[in-house]
Amino acid sequence: MKASQILDREFLEVRAKILEIAASLDRMDRAEGDLTGHPNRQLLGRGIDLLASKDVDRAEQVQLLFSREYVDGWQDDFELKSRT
Amino acid sequence: MYYIDPHIHMVSRTTDDYQTLARMGCIAMSEPAFWAGFDRGSVDGFRDYFRQLTEVEPARAAQYGIQHFTWLCINAKEAENVELSREVMKMIPEFLDCANVLGIGEIGLNKNTRNESIVFQEHVELAIEHNQQVLIHTPHLADKYQGTRMILDMLGGYSGLDRSRVLVDHVEEHTVRDVIDAGYWAGMTLYPVTKCTPARAVDIIEQMGPDRLCVNSAGDWGPSKPTAVPDLIMEMRRRGHSEGMIHQVVFGNPYQFFSQSQHFSFEMPTPETRVFDNL
Repeated sequence: MKASQILDREFLEVRAKILEIAASLDRMDRAEGDLTGHPNRQLLGRGIDLLASKDVDRAEQVQLLFSREYVDGWQDDFELKSRT
Repeated sequence: MYYIDPHIHMVSRTTDDYQTLARMGCIAMSEPAFWAGFDRGSVDGFRDYFRQLTEVEPARAAQYGIQHFTWLCINAKEAENVELSREVMKMIPEFLDCANVLGIGEIGLNKNTRNESIVFQEHVELAIEHNQQVLIHTPHLADKYQGTRMILDMLGGYSGLDRSRVLVDHVEEHTVRDVIDAGYWAGMTLYPVTKCTPARAVDIIEQMGPDRLCVNSAGDWGPSKPTAVPDLIMEMRRRGHSEGMIHQVVFGNPYQFFSQSQHFSFEMPTPETRVFDNL
């Protein structure tokens, strides 16, 4: 499919998703309490920033943003026996 | 189009769902052992569950012309209890000769803990000892990337493990490449909220190519859609993919992977045996 065909097909769907995000952020801001500094609110902000990037692996980058870190040598921390 | 759902938890579904799946072209499925929504208290609870998977569900599926296969294990969530897990693993060989058992699964990690890792390794060793295929669950959401890497680390330690007989399931954009590049099969689960949508799964197929990639619905007791594989077929058709490529993903690939199991005695429906005539 051509890019313009995909845009035509998905325009309303993406518009609706952006609107949902906007409404969710408004809802949080209208509610009582301050989310400044809340780690999950910061993560959402970074995720939104990723959408505006020009990379072609945005979905993968968003997944990694919301992922726990992998640490080399974890088996030593768990004191796991090596297997063969 | 006929298709195989390689990962669906039919113990959680109604008989009406079997009928709907058959009407939509599902002719075979495999059901990995998993968490029932509560922790079972004894090895006998698992023995009864394995009877359900090897006796009850195949008979229920057969009423609608669907061939039912299964995988046995204690799932990652209950694997936190190492003592119970070892009792269950000791009992599993009683069922490995059942006609519909394809292998050990869905083993894996849930919260990526030490106990889960120990039980995962012991399951892999059980599979190697009994020459069984392996189906692997990867964790959800924030735990998926770390857990998948840990699983690949552990699998990599087994020189006696044939990677072409192992499927790592629930891959997404950030885990699929590591799994495929290491020589394993990968499964994409079409599931609301926590896993992949049909559109994203097709994106991954387009980027990775269709080889060694399977798609499934996981249809279980949570919010899920047992007819998600036909949704993927529709999405691939809307994007103009060939019928041959769609067939490879939804039928050829699971058929090829399962064919490595001694108990995969699959037979295509014939005009005499098929239950529904709409295909």
